[in-house]
Amino acid sequence: MARLLEVEDLQTYFFTDEGTVRAVDGVSWGIDEGETLALVGESGCGKSVTAMSILRLIPNPPGRIVGGSITFDGLDLLSVSDAEMRAIRGNRIAMIFQEPMTSLNPVLTIGQQIREAVQLHLGMNDDEANQKAVELLQMVGIPEAEQRIQDYPHQFSGGMRQRVMIAMALSCDPKLLIADEPTTALDVTIQAQILEIMANLSSELGTAVLVITHNLGVVARYADRVNVMYAGQIVESGSAVDIFKNPQHAYTRGLMASVPRLDDTEHTRLATIEGQPPLLVQEINGCSFRPRCTRESGCNCSTTKENNPKLVEVEAGHWVADCPCCMTSD
Amino acid sequence: MTTESATTQGQSDAKTGETLLSVKGMKMYFPVTSGLFVQRKVADVRAVDGISFDVKKGETLGLVGESGCGKSTTGRAILQLHRPTEGSVNFDGTELTELKGAGLRRFRRRMQMIFQDPFSSLNPRMSVAQIISEPLAIHGLYKGAERRDRLDYILNAVGLNPTYARRYPHEFSGGQRQRIGIGRALAVEPDFIVCDEPVSALDVSIQAQVVNLLEDLQTQFDLTYLFIAHDLSVVKHISDRIAVMYLGHIVELAESEELYLNPVHAYTRALLSAIPIPDPIVERDRERIILEGDVPSPLNPPKGCVFRTRCTKKDQCKCSDTVPVLEEVEPGHWVANCSCCMTK
Repeated sequence: MARLLEVEDLQTYFFTDEGTVRAVDGVSWGIDEGETLALVGESGCGKSVTAMSILRLIPNPPGRIVGGSITFDGLDLLSVSDAEMRAIRGNRIAMIFQEPMTSLNPVLTIGQQIREAVQLHLGMNDDEANQKAVELLQMVGIPEAEQRIQDYPHQFSGGMRQRVMIAMALSCDPKLLIADEPTTALDVTIQAQILEIMANLSSELGTAVLVITHNLGVVARYADRVNVMYAGQIVESGSAVDIFKNPQHAYTRGLMASVPRLDDTEHTRLATIEGQPPLLVQEINGCSFRPRCTRESGCNCSTTKENNPKLVEVEAGHWVADCPCCMTSD
Repeated sequence: MTTESATTQGQSDAKTGETLLSVKGMKMYFPVTSGLFVQRKVADVRAVDGISFDVKKGETLGLVGESGCGKSTTGRAILQLHRPTEGSVNFDGTELTELKGAGLRRFRRRMQMIFQDPFSSLNPRMSVAQIISEPLAIHGLYKGAERRDRLDYILNAVGLNPTYARRYPHEFSGGQRQRIGIGRALAVEPDFIVCDEPVSALDVSIQAQVVNLLEDLQTQFDLTYLFIAHDLSVVKHISDRIAVMYLGHIVELAESEELYLNPVHAYTRALLSAIPIPDPIVERDRERIILEGDVPSPLNPPKGCVFRTRCTKKDQCKCSDTVPVLEEVEPGHWVANCSCCMTK
């Protein structure tokens, strides 16, 4: 069965005065119907740019998708027209952003904003749209929904605004929901509420969810599969259980070891990954993690672009970028 | 002495150590004024509403809670950056709320602060050398050539190359800027440092570097920390004891491991269950306590037990008039004694 979304060798570059930033540099992955996939990495690894590329929301200039393909439900998203793309956004693929306050229009009521999507994509009239808006707010657990649809975003708290975003995103029953750091700006107990709502609703409606986050705990709780990104590329990919139980790549292992766990019983010093992620204006040849790998002196990774590490399957469904030093355990 | 045994040593010292800081009944209210021509006070934001705790010499006390609980305000009020509305702050035998002017400035040498935002907490027009030397100049320490030596020593201690001293903050990464802020706090040889969300704005792998640095410095310079953060995983890692705050009150206070293994207060239990653990197998079996609603506004907090409005037992709660006080349920383990919040 074909996957719901298939990304092949995607390259998204930003052409700036300081040079070309290779934000996403040859990334291939897919997501099945109904599954939850997490895209994990730190600032600048390219995870948000990947999501924006899927929806063709990359600002041009300075950005451009320069290579690769994105296939959604049989459609080649990089070759459809702007009008066809607009019919897909908010309808068949929906997105939730990190900062709910800046994502909602401050001068329109919540009701107006929710109605917009259903009237545009589903052709509902005013009454039907109003009814749908109330139902959606109730679905995400906002009390007194009939009164609240007449309120403005500033009259809602951060957590409530994010619920409104979820309601808007799910209003047209999309097959794919992209959540870009949906709870980073929220308190921990509110984060738990929001993620539970997202998980329950997507499971009820059969929506596939792409969660973009740097929080490994969120990944462990909600994701079926995980892609770990570093410097614009995927370094490891597999089921959540496999990635956490048996991380293969030095970066994945470094990341896991550097996060303090609530259930640690002994105080062990946090392992660190020395140094900084690379500047993406410079072309990276060979393994991008090499400068930070503890095995740098022993690394045989060729420095030509043709020999960039490629993903190889180390166990069923578990893929790792095949730089031999990054793959050796300490 | 390895870092491991040094830390354990620090923890056992903390258990028997003397009290360095003692806070009693501290309140911090911020007036809200209204009016077109004449500003009149209409309400108070009750950021901190009567808290008491001690910090022992050499220990790290974690202060944890969500936005608006008053933890950052507590840190600033202790250092007298805000003057407390009520209550006492006793630092090594001296009542800080009674000090002012030159007397207070002298005490500031002994208590310093590290801030959350590595981008706004450094003056962009001052070089690293100027930033770290400024407190030395203010307190009249290390004159002449000794000041240069002190600067190099501090930069090395925080893991920065002394040749960077002439550079400006914008030339550094977030993690490096945080190191500069730590160096600035360390320069005057303080006894006590309030760390106000020092790693929240940093990437995961950089957080680990800075947390390790703070622990190493604590051992090396015999420091006492008040570590304020909302990330309980990080707080539990670095702290000996933890105080949990909600809407201006402390609801629970215990040793870190004890708090995790035996949380008593309903809010602590909800907070712990909300924090995901990076392990899918463990996560599958964990109990999830999801709180309803949002945190009430500190302009109009609920009367009596402030957690009442979100407690799952709110229909049975009798604590609508008396404010719960901290009660010792086990040695060293204190809980705000609202009976419904304390039962599972």
